Amino acid sequence: MGAFWTMVRRDLALALRTGGGGALGVAFFVIAAVLVPFGVGPKPDLLGVIAPGMLWIAALLACMLTLDRLFQADVEDGSMDLLALSPLPLEVTVLAKCLAHWLTTGLPLLIAAPLMAITLNMPGEAYGAMIASLALGTPSLSMIGAIGAALTSGMRRGGVLTAVLVLPLYVPTLVLGALAGNAAASGLDASPYLMLLGAITLACLPLCPLVAAAALRLALR
Amino acid sequence: MNLNIENLRCVRAGRTVFAELGVEVEAGEALILAGPNGAGKSTLLRILAGLLRADEGNAKFGPVSLKEDRAEFQSHLLYTGHLDAVKPALTVSETLTFWAQIYGAPRANVPIAVAALGLEKLADHHVRTLSAGQRRRLGLSRLALIDRPLWLLDEPTVSLDAESSARVAALARQRCESGGVVVAATHIDLAIPSAKTLDPAAFVATPKEGVMNADDLVLSGDAW
Repeated sequence: MGAFWTMVRRDLALALRTGGGGALGVAFFVIAAVLVPFGVGPKPDLLGVIAPGMLWIAALLACMLTLDRLFQADVEDGSMDLLALSPLPLEVTVLAKCLAHWLTTGLPLLIAAPLMAITLNMPGEAYGAMIASLALGTPSLSMIGAIGAALTSGMRRGGVLTAVLVLPLYVPTLVLGALAGNAAASGLDASPYLMLLGAITLACLPLCPLVAAAALRLALR
Repeated sequence: MNLNIENLRCVRAGRTVFAELGVEVEAGEALILAGPNGAGKSTLLRILAGLLRADEGNAKFGPVSLKEDRAEFQSHLLYTGHLDAVKPALTVSETLTFWAQIYGAPRANVPIAVAALGLEKLADHHVRTLSAGQRRRLGLSRLALIDRPLWLLDEPTVSLDAESSARVAALARQRCESGGVVVAATHIDLAIPSAKTLDPAAFVATPKEGVMNADDLVLSGDAW
């Protein structure tokens, strides 16, 4: 257990010290959300209707932005060899890295989301459901993304390939997240969608580290 | 414990790197891997570390079989590759503290490891500011940090000065004297009295008689 938190702390320290990391993800999220009104035009009603979906799409893309380096940096400098040989199971290492990724990417998005919701004129009733859906859904983005990041970790330019592999897998999370916001905006109960989002994250918790660790072992060969 | 390499065969991208490679290294002995570039030294070390799978054969460290119980086998070994596995954003002591915790080594070993390769003055420096040789020394100081009986060293002395190379050789010698086994691909003399030398490329199998498959064709091609 101690080694798990050591791994999380190390990845957090690296993300914060090397810059980029969290700040970059949030900046991207903000810019993507701000671009929407420019594209749609000055139609507050229309913006309010599409706000939950747009926020979720911006969150997906912001999450993607930092994914490709999740394992690649460690594979390139040889750290992954030593991590794979350590007593800490590779699956647990993957989970620790996902947690660090979520803390530096997903969590800052939660904080920035209400501000962006104002920009997009999201109906007031939807705020609670929107934040809850991001809180429940974004951890699964980090974990599903880890599979794509692991598959491309041995490649020089894996970034775009990671996106192509991972974005289709994000569809269920995106649909449920946007539905939760839309339901709340029209005065309906958002809890079924939130529960399903929670279910996706719970299912990812054991499955994604297993798959990503297997992919990493292949990348090390 | 003895390291017993049995009948290893490795095919990479259709080319047989080596086949029927077998050697026994007694506790306290070293195995020096020699041979030209591409002879399969790194490949053999990665197979022994369990990072690569051999196409045939097995290795045993004492009673522990690499094939049947990879995790247990790996818990006895320490591998240093040709990459240093250090992060520019961490300091020297942070790097060693991290690896000590991950490998379950006592934290008291960190100052010992720092001193082992003469990094005392650099302990609080960021790895970013270190030279290539200093980074190499930091990578190798894991040998003094984590106590494992089987060492697999891939070109450990590249970019090291003479003094540091001597320190690495001394560490390897001590490991052998305390009953460990050191397998090293190196061009310098580690001055270990009981050392065997092995060239992986010298192990190329003869095609089996009567059995003819695509693999054998590659083999016979390689032998020439």
